[in-house]
Amino acid sequence: MKRLMLAIGTLVAVLVALAACGGSDNEQGNTSAPTPSSAVSAVAASPTPLPSGSLTVFAAGSLTETFNDMGSLLHQRYPGLNITFNFANAADLRTQMELGAKADIFASADHKQMNLAVQSGVVETESRVFARNRLVVIVPKANSAGIKTLQDLAKPGVKIVLCNADCPVGNYARQFLQKASADPSFGTDYGETVLGNLVSEETNVKQVVAKVQLDEADAGIVYSTDITPAVAGAVLKIVIPDALNLVAEYPVAITKDVANRNLAQLFTDFLLSKEGQDTLEAHGFIRAD
Amino acid sequence: MRVTSNSEPITFRVSQRALAVLEHASAAFFVGVVITFLALPAVAIIERSIAKSSLLDAIGSADVRDSLRLSFLTTTTSLILIVIFGTPTAYVLARRRFPGRRLLDAIVDLPIVLPPAVGGLGLLMAFGRRGLLGQYLDDLGISLAFTVWAVIMAQSFVAAPFYIRTAKAGFESIDQELEAVARTLGSSPIGTFWRVSVPLARPALMAGAVMAWARALGEFGATIMFAGSLAGKTQTMPLTIYRSLETGLDVPLALATMLIGISLVVLLIFRSLFQATSV
Repeated sequence: MKRLMLAIGTLVAVLVALAACGGSDNEQGNTSAPTPSSAVSAVAASPTPLPSGSLTVFAAGSLTETFNDMGSLLHQRYPGLNITFNFANAADLRTQMELGAKADIFASADHKQMNLAVQSGVVETESRVFARNRLVVIVPKANSAGIKTLQDLAKPGVKIVLCNADCPVGNYARQFLQKASADPSFGTDYGETVLGNLVSEETNVKQVVAKVQLDEADAGIVYSTDITPAVAGAVLKIVIPDALNLVAEYPVAITKDVANRNLAQLFTDFLLSKEGQDTLEAHGFIRAD
Repeated sequence: MRVTSNSEPITFRVSQRALAVLEHASAAFFVGVVITFLALPAVAIIERSIAKSSLLDAIGSADVRDSLRLSFLTTTTSLILIVIFGTPTAYVLARRRFPGRRLLDAIVDLPIVLPPAVGGLGLLMAFGRRGLLGQYLDDLGISLAFTVWAVIMAQSFVAAPFYIRTAKAGFESIDQELEAVARTLGSSPIGTFWRVSVPLARPALMAGAVMAWARALGEFGATIMFAGSLAGKTQTMPLTIYRSLETGLDVPLALATMLIGISLVVLLIFRSLFQATSV
């Protein structure tokens, strides 16, 4: 037993010593490496080398499919460029960044979370709107609650799921209910009644879609872009008229501790380029250019 | 050079002492790393909570009170159900020998190794409105998903194995002759179970109940999938922590501190009960 402890103790001492040496070796390796490789690429490639490196993008859940498409498009064009996405509700993403999560770009689904991120100093003050979106009501294909109009959402016993009030789409949905309550064809207690039918406040918009798609909930309010080809067959859409609808604006900003500013700039520029806007439009977003 | 006979024991003693020092140092190193790693998160939460003066306001807020009330209501109900159904199950698993007992044992343990999210998805697929069993319940007008019963089912699903395992071990440790004596004295099998086996296994049953209750209190993944999250209705303490992290640190820290305190007390109770069993 004593021998064993001694052996382990020695082993640890050796490992610690090795780790210390290894660490300094690595640092040397890292500092010396760029010189030869950049020299090689400067000789072999064109005068303006293809952008390469890795980029971490924190983006609102409703951007999932669109950004994944853009990611593979950019990766095809610049094989050395690797983009990692973290999709969640914008309030969650902002909190994660405030608590130290490393991101290069923050794409929010509303100005509220972007402004809060600016206030807490995690992103740069300069944000740009790159897309717009609209709200829509979805019901499961089976529609066992028989929801045909927006007024039907207030029927007793209808199970409604929304995103919570801090995630942008949840905030917009509540604003829509407020607007509708001011409309005589809905009645002043419309919003309150609909919220009384709320059975769950989900943490992001994709969870709302999932609960409706699984036919566990009778209706949900999501972005029109959330009716992706993958879910289109499982849900029905009820349009919210323009007068009551809200136009969600998507701002994007580069973070304060961005690792590679050029890459981040490349991505945000792409979002606003004709090609980026076309991709957004193809996914149902409203162009911002 | 030859060493003199009286200097030899001295060098031996010194190396022995060096050995002992090294031994203690390496032991301290490993224990230190483990304890620091395991305790630091809890210490950090408590430290941050104390630094915040708004902690008491957060504890008094409606969200926190609602989730506390809901958590205690649901975990108590879950525990009662687990004990009622789990105790006979544990006894059967401990005493009876029948084909498929091992499989049954494995099924009971399954929720311990399954990720809670898988449990939640499974509950939805089984008891949801379009679920395997849920579709028939729906025809009867019974809807479980998104209700307080869904919370209780999620908690019972993940916590029951903790009770059944401990209870089974408790029953296994009882001297079977005592049960046999009771039977020869004319006690019925059920009477023997209640008057002999359960009292003898009581420390283990209590310990199992405490562990199961603590596990139910911390349930998150299965609950958020099967019961959703609605303040005052299905939003238990862990869900409130997750939800309120989006708006600030006050409420999450307050609730986390309370959960750490409760968990520590529960574990200390468990320890003392467990010692009572082994005596």
